[in-house]
Amino acid sequence: MLSLAKHALDTAASRPRVTYADVRIQQTQGRSLATKSGRLSGASSSESHGIGIRVLAAGAWGFAATGDLSKAGLEAAAALAVDIALASATTSKQAVELAPEPPVRVTWISDCAIDPFAMSIERQIAYLLAVDAELRKEAKVTMTETSLIFDRTRQIFLSTEGSEIDQTRTVTGGGMAAHSFGDHEIQKRSYPNSFGGQYQLKGWELIERLDLLRHAPRVASECVALHSADQCPETTGTLILDSSQLGLQIHESIGHPIELDRVLGSEANYAGMSFLTLEKLNNLRYGSDIVNAVCDATLAHGPGLGTFLHDDEGVAAQRVDIIRDGQFRGYMSSRETASAIGQTRSNGTMRASGWNRLPLIRMTNVSLEPGPHSLEDVFGEDGIYMETNRSWSIDDKRYNFQFGCEIGWEIKNGQRVRMLKNPTYSGITTEFWNSCRAIAGREHWTLWGVPNCGKGQPEQTMGTGHGASPSRFADIKIGGGYAG
Amino acid sequence: MMSPRELFQIVETEARSHGIQDVELTIGESHEALTRFANNGIHQNVAERNTGISIRPQENRRTARAETNRMDAGSVRAAVRDAIALMRAQEPDDRLLPLAEPEALAKVNRVAESTVTCTPSERAAAVREAIRIAEGAGQTAAGIYSTSFSRETLINSRGVFAEYEQSMAEFSITMLETGSSGWAKASAVDRSSLDVAGLARQASQKAVRSRNPREVEPGRYTVILEPAAVLDLVGQMFGDFGGTAIEDQRSFLNERTGTKLFGDNITIVDDCGHPLQAGPSFDGEGVARRQLNLVQAGVVQNLAYCRGAAQRAGKTPTGHGLPIPNEIGEFPLNIVFAGGGASLDDMIRSTDRGILVTRLWYIREVDPYEKMMTGMTRDGTFLIERGEVVAGIRNFRFNQGLIELLNHVEVLGPSVRASGEETFDMVVPALKAHEFHFTEVTRF
Repeated sequence: MLSLAKHALDTAASRPRVTYADVRIQQTQGRSLATKSGRLSGASSSESHGIGIRVLAAGAWGFAATGDLSKAGLEAAAALAVDIALASATTSKQAVELAPEPPVRVTWISDCAIDPFAMSIERQIAYLLAVDAELRKEAKVTMTETSLIFDRTRQIFLSTEGSEIDQTRTVTGGGMAAHSFGDHEIQKRSYPNSFGGQYQLKGWELIERLDLLRHAPRVASECVALHSADQCPETTGTLILDSSQLGLQIHESIGHPIELDRVLGSEANYAGMSFLTLEKLNNLRYGSDIVNAVCDATLAHGPGLGTFLHDDEGVAAQRVDIIRDGQFRGYMSSRETASAIGQTRSNGTMRASGWNRLPLIRMTNVSLEPGPHSLEDVFGEDGIYMETNRSWSIDDKRYNFQFGCEIGWEIKNGQRVRMLKNPTYSGITTEFWNSCRAIAGREHWTLWGVPNCGKGQPEQTMGTGHGASPSRFADIKIGGGYAG
Repeated sequence: MMSPRELFQIVETEARSHGIQDVELTIGESHEALTRFANNGIHQNVAERNTGISIRPQENRRTARAETNRMDAGSVRAAVRDAIALMRAQEPDDRLLPLAEPEALAKVNRVAESTVTCTPSERAAAVREAIRIAEGAGQTAAGIYSTSFSRETLINSRGVFAEYEQSMAEFSITMLETGSSGWAKASAVDRSSLDVAGLARQASQKAVRSRNPREVEPGRYTVILEPAAVLDLVGQMFGDFGGTAIEDQRSFLNERTGTKLFGDNITIVDDCGHPLQAGPSFDGEGVARRQLNLVQAGVVQNLAYCRGAAQRAGKTPTGHGLPIPNEIGEFPLNIVFAGGGASLDDMIRSTDRGILVTRLWYIREVDPYEKMMTGMTRDGTFLIERGEVVAGIRNFRFNQGLIELLNHVEVLGPSVRASGEETFDMVVPALKAHEFHFTEVTRF
């Protein structure tokens, strides 16, 4: 791989008017298994290899990718990347400048205690079928789903500045869901989260810790019980969120708005822009005093989908304050966007979904820090508690959002007193975070993996990490999704 | 590079050396390029070339799939062995059918040389034209110009040989002013039929007309949805028009097929042969796609069936199956929504008070059985009063059931090929409907 990457880099760099180039050569390996209603519904393995070549020529970007790793294939892709950059330059208003980053030579392999690719496939299938069978013991469950997904990617990054970074990441995901149709409604419960469950930078040890079998009976019985639960009322009041739903709330209403490429207009045609215009940096009360959020790709943050050693333009992983004591403190940046706003260094969030895609600013692990409160404090006011995302939507500047959850509970005197179905809540981002009244502590904090974040054209689907613990919010509009 | 038949010979020989007679091979080849612009300049400009194969052996009612883009003979044989290992780790599934048998497939020609040979310079020239229009109007443009060519081949050991080639060009543009924006998009097999300047001017005019947006109270309004808004909204329901979705009881059509669910003026077919449609004439198993009357005058008449779901339901496969194994079953991908004769201006003139919507965004399902969807308006939302567009307005959130919407349609425009961002391209009309439910308003 290394010699191929060097040849591609040298070929690109030798072309006239090229001032910078980097290449990412990748090998990926994947396995995906799924069951539906007691039968294996998916069994596939995949591998892919290829190279993405990015160049700055005449002050503008070009990128070409190929799965043809022959000498001729690499040379053709390198030449095409330069031709594309020169075409880009015909519209340039000013040459691209990159914030400096020292070159580094390093090799890193993420932790994976139990290699899922080395395990027997029969054992993995048997595990899913056992979980599926457990879910189907509840007679009124009408469809069950379980899944396991494993991915291993090795990437070598080389740049004309002298970086040589060899990283291998193993991601494991798994989960289950029960569906029930009856009385003209469809209900669903998932564990440990929707979107196929939990995903982390781990091996099979993640699946062991999730213990799907133990949770299956509760998931199935809650799914069926929702049919006879009361409809979540339309009201304004206290909302308590579990950590998985709060993880998605962070993703949509903190993670996306802090992407500096959005702020600067790069995504205006597709993913949208951001209400966090530049003058708001250090001048906006984003949340209440207890709200502290970070963007943290370092190993110390945990095995998140956004954990790595260096990003896809060679910048070291960093921990950056986004919100400190409620005040807006930072964006996620790249070498180009950091330079564009006068910052001296990228904070290392450029990531590509594969060898065939251009790195973009993507969430790494954008997390709400644990708070000072006990779980009893969080549930200390009467209100409505919601668990597990069912629907999610937010406007293209990230102000107005609406979320639906799979299940809700009325909370009185710190206790769940009534199950509620079809719970939804909505609001405006900064009003929501300013209404945060309690955040549970480290012992209740989970680093969730969101596997399906879309951005960019051609679209890239990226995994992101979000740490959160159960939290309480005041004066939230609840039930609007079913109003009227 | 090896031909499809040479590749299949390697796959079949390797499979037979392991005692397996039935095997399916899919080959996908793609060349894609996309020029992206923002702030009146090209900022991302990419191209990709790749070929990959997917191998599916079948034995004793077991199957599995392995994919690779390593196209040398040794890697292909290794992928066959991976698939076999996955397959043999399973117990037999008594519902799995033998591989599909060959049948006659319609020939469709959807390749335009002008799209296939488009160069980075030609894409940049088109983008410069759009930027020139933006700068002339004192606006900021962002968007894409993309061109692609793809070839898909499906071969199996029962004699199926299905091949499809397609080119596609797409142009999308957002014009920005302080406090307002406008958007337009189109796609076509032949890039020379894309009117880049016309689309840029259309988006520019929307940005002008939506300056200084007013805030209008949320509530139930008569709404005029332009084609892109229609497709992004109604496109959320076609995954439910499948035999497997009914079998799983996850469809909003559970206990509703054959009933009159929508208004008399709603007729929808799936037709891959329609001149404005794209995509292959065969499905994920090589079965020929049939034209399918999904909704006739408001009555849900037919569903799509993959081979397996068809056999279980006593139906004929419709050619809408996805590559197996999969959880979904089938999906109608060539939607043609019957239109009417009203122009957008006709709809506006006949509206005393209503909302004109250019585009919808971030549409998600709130309730799967009532098909209640939420989402936002975006890039050109207007207030209509006494038959005229009187102002741009701040964007709304909606919570709207699709069953209700398709019972409230008053007028339909001509059907056109439309392209959005929330679902696949379709042939749909603009429409006017009453009591569309806007539930909240945002800050811009």
